[in-house]
Amino acid sequence: MRGTVELRGAVKRFGEERAVDGIDVTVGAGEFFSLIGPSGSGKTTTLMMLAGFAALDEGRLLVDGVDITAAPPQRRGFGVVFQNYAIFPHLNVFENVAFPLRARGKTDREVRERVGWALDLVQLSGFAERFSRQLSGGQQQRVAIARAIVFEPSIVLMDEPLGALDKNLRYDMQMEIKDIQRRLGMTVIYVTHDQEEAMNMSDRLAILNHGRIEQIGVPLEVYERPANRFVGRFLGEANLVPGSLARVAGGEAVVRAADGREYRARARPGVAVGAEVVLFARPERIALSAAGADAAADGSNRAEGRVYRRSFLGGMMRCVVEIAPELRLTVDIPNVGHARIPEIDERVGLAWAVADSLILPG
Amino acid sequence: MTRIDRQATFLMLPSYVMLAVTFIVPLMWFFVRTLLIDASPAALPGTILSVATSRPMLIATVATIWISLLVTGISLLLGYPLAYYLANHGGPRFTLVIFCVIVPYFTSVIVRTYSWMVLLGRNGIVNQALARLGVIDEPLPLLYNKFAIVVGMAYVLLPYMVLTLYAAMKAIDPVLLRAARALGAGGAYVFRRVYLPLSLHGVISGALIVFILSIGFFITPSLMGGPSDVMIAMLIERSVEITLDWQTATVMSLFLLAVTLLLYAVYYRVTDIRRLVGG
Amino acid sequence: MERATERLLPIFVTLVCLTLIVPIAIVIVLAFSGQGFLKFPPDSLSLRWFATFFGDARWQATLRSSVIIAAIACAIATSLGFFAAYAFVRRDFRGKRFVLSLMLLPIIVPTVITAIAMYFLSARLGLVGNMLWIGCCHAALALPVVLLILLSTLQGVDVNMERAALSLGSSWPRMMWRVVVPLAAPGIISSALFAFLASFDELIVALFLTNAATQTLPVRIWNSLHLEIEPIIAAVSAFLIGVTAVILLLDSILRGRRRPARA
Repeated sequence: MRGTVELRGAVKRFGEERAVDGIDVTVGAGEFFSLIGPSGSGKTTTLMMLAGFAALDEGRLLVDGVDITAAPPQRRGFGVVFQNYAIFPHLNVFENVAFPLRARGKTDREVRERVGWALDLVQLSGFAERFSRQLSGGQQQRVAIARAIVFEPSIVLMDEPLGALDKNLRYDMQMEIKDIQRRLGMTVIYVTHDQEEAMNMSDRLAILNHGRIEQIGVPLEVYERPANRFVGRFLGEANLVPGSLARVAGGEAVVRAADGREYRARARPGVAVGAEVVLFARPERIALSAAGADAAADGSNRAEGRVYRRSFLGGMMRCVVEIAPELRLTVDIPNVGHARIPEIDERVGLAWAVADSLILPG
Repeated sequence: MTRIDRQATFLMLPSYVMLAVTFIVPLMWFFVRTLLIDASPAALPGTILSVATSRPMLIATVATIWISLLVTGISLLLGYPLAYYLANHGGPRFTLVIFCVIVPYFTSVIVRTYSWMVLLGRNGIVNQALARLGVIDEPLPLLYNKFAIVVGMAYVLLPYMVLTLYAAMKAIDPVLLRAARALGAGGAYVFRRVYLPLSLHGVISGALIVFILSIGFFITPSLMGGPSDVMIAMLIERSVEITLDWQTATVMSLFLLAVTLLLYAVYYRVTDIRRLVGG
Repeated sequence: MERATERLLPIFVTLVCLTLIVPIAIVIVLAFSGQGFLKFPPDSLSLRWFATFFGDARWQATLRSSVIIAAIACAIATSLGFFAAYAFVRRDFRGKRFVLSLMLLPIIVPTVITAIAMYFLSARLGLVGNMLWIGCCHAALALPVVLLILLSTLQGVDVNMERAALSLGSSWPRMMWRVVVPLAAPGIISSALFAFLASFDELIVALFLTNAATQTLPVRIWNSLHLEIEPIIAAVSAFLIGVTAVILLLDSILRGRRRPARA
C-alpha cells in the first residue's frame, strides 16, 4: 500500500546528548499521525530525519518497504510544510506552488492545471499573482500546503504548521487540513506541541519525551488510559495522587493515598502489592456531591475538602479542592446554568467512579 | 567522510586551488628558493645576521617604527572624537560624517597620496595659499620628507581607525552611562571612568590595525618621502627592482612578515574574528 | 567642562571631515582646470584633460587593461567566494576557523611581500604581463572582501527556504540557482562591485606583474608621479574617484535590499 512509513530504532546524537533515543514507529497508508511532546522532546528532530535534513546516526527508515535511510531529501518525494512556511519571497504564489512541478519537468499546461487545482483546494484561487509580503499568516500557510501537495505526494510531513496563527484561525485551519488529507488520502505525519490540536486531528498519536516514545495510540485511548504520569499530565488536565497499592480486590486496585485514606481504581496487571503508585483521574470525571466522605453504597470514590481555588474557563469552572494538607484534587464543573458553583473555602464533597480511576507507575 | 563533508570540500576546492596557486605557493617558493636552494642553507644564519644588522636595515627599521607610531598616535587622536560622534549621533549628521570617512576609505591609495602631493608640493596648494596670504616668502618644504610621509599615511589610515573605534563604541551599552549618571557622576568623570575603559578594547584593536598596516606601507612613503627616508617595504622593493639582491629581499620580507603575523596574533586575541563564521 | 566639550566636538569633527574630503575634492576640481600647471583655484575650467585621457590611445590601452583585469578578478573572486561562503555558513567541516584565517591572509600579509613573491614565480613561468594571470592574483586579494560580505548575506538567507526547495524535489544545483542566488542577489552584486574596485585600484601587485603593454591605470599614475606631477594625472585620478563613487552609490542602493524579506 502506498504511503506507509516505518522508523526502526532511530537515534540522533548532538555531541554527547541523544536528541532522539531509539524511536520505533510505523505509520499506515492514509493515516494522520501526530508526534507530540514538550520542547526538546525530539519531535522536530524526528521529523527532520524523516524529511532527510538530519541524518540517522542509528536505525533505518523505510517507506513502502523500501529502505530510504540514505536518500537525499530531494529524492524522497515527501511534501513538507515548515513552521515558518518558507514561502519563496522572490516568487509569486503561482510560481511557489508551481516550483515542485517545474522541478519535475512538467509542461506549462500541466503546471497551470495542477496549480489551479491546488489553489482551489486551499481556497486561494484569486491569489496567484500575489507575493508573500502581501499575504497574511494564514494565507501563507495555505500556500505552503498547496505547494506541498500539488505534486500529489503519498506522504506529507508537517512541522507545527499552525504555531504562529491565532487561536480561532488555528481551529479552522485544523479542519481544513484534515479535510484535505481525507480527500486526497495522504499519509500525514504532524508535529505539534498543542495536545488539543493533536487529539483533534489524529488517527493515532505518539507522545515523545527526551527523545523516546512514552506512548502510541488512538487519541481517546491515550487520553483515557495514559501509560504513565508524564502522558497523563501532558494530555489535558490530570489528578495525580501518590500512594501505595494496599491490595487488589475483585478486579479493583485499592490504593492507600498520602492522606491515609483508601481509594479504588481499575486494577493494573504487573503491579505488586505495596508498590508505589499514582492514582489518576480526569477532572471532568469527578463530580460534586453532598458533603460527607463516607464511601457510598455504589462503591464510588468519595472525598471531602475545602475549595482552594476557582478558575472560570468559559465552558466550565475548574475548582481545586484541598482534601488533605498538600493534597488537592482538580474538579471541572460544566457551565450548564443550573449547577451550583461553590465558593472559596466552602466545604464540598467529591465523587468519582472507580472505572474512571487508574493507577500509574509511581 | 560523510556526504555532507564531501560536498563542503567540493565547494571549497576551487578557492583552495586559487589561493594555493596564486598566493601560498608563490610565497613558499619565494622563501624556500632564495634561502635554501639558490644559496646554501648553511649560509642562512650568516645571511640573516648580516642583513639584519646592516646599516640600511637598521635605519629603515627605526624609521618605520618611529613613523608608524606617529601615524598610529595621530589617527587615534583624530579618530577617537570622530568615532565618538558617529556612535552617538544618527540621521543626516551620521550620514554626512560617514560619507567623509567612507569615500576616502574606498578611494585608491595612489589617488589619495597624489592628492596630498598636490597639497604639499613646493608649488602646491598649501604653499600657494600661504604665499598669497603673505605669511611666507619662500615655499615651505612640506613634501619629500618624514612630515609628508606621516601626513600622507595618517590620511590613508584614519578611516581604518575610525571604523574600528566606531564598531567598538557602538557596542557600549548606553544604559551603563545612564546608570553612572544616575549615581551622581558628572560628565567628565563618567567619560574618564566608564566610557574610556569600555572603549579601550576598540582603541587597542584600532591602534594595532593601523600600526600593522603602517609598518608594511610602501606607496605613500615612496612617493612622499625624501631620498633618505626609507621604510622597510621600500627597502624590500629596492632590493628586487634595483640591486636585484633576492637574498636580502627575502630576509627582510621574512622579518617584516614575522612581526606582522605576531601583531596579528595579538589582534586576534583582542578581537573576535570567529563571529564571522557564524557558529 | 562638559558643555565646552559638547560645543567643541562638532567643530573638531567638522575640521577632521574637511581634512578627509578636501584633498579628494581638490583633485576633482584640478581635473577640470584649464591650465597646464597646478594652480588652485584654477583660472579657467575645461575638459581638456579628460579629452586627452579618453582620446589618447595609450591611456585608453591602460584603461582597457585595468578594466579587463578587474573584470577577471571580479568574476573569479565572486564565484569562488560565493561557494566558499556557502560552505562556511551551511556546512560543518574540520578546521573551519583555520581555513577562514587562511583565506583572510592576503589582506594580512604586507602587499609588497605578496607582490614580490608572485613576481618571483611569475617571472619563472613567463606569466609577467599575462592579464588572465594578473586577474587571478588580484582575485586572491579580493577574495577576503567577497567572503566578508557574503558570509553575512548568506547567514541572512533562511535555511528553510533551501530545505523547502529540496523537499519539493529540486536538485541541489537548481535549488542554488533558483532560490539561494535570487535571495542573496544584492549581496552577490555588492561583493562583485567591491571585488572589481579592489582590483581596479590596486597598485603594488600590478606594479610587479604588469609590463609596458598591460599597464593598469594606478601603475601608470605611479610611473608619472615619479617623474613630474602632470595635470592629466588629476583627470585620471578624478576618473578613479568617479568609479569609486559610482560603486559606493550602487552598493548603498543594494544595501537596503541586502537582507532578503522573509515570510
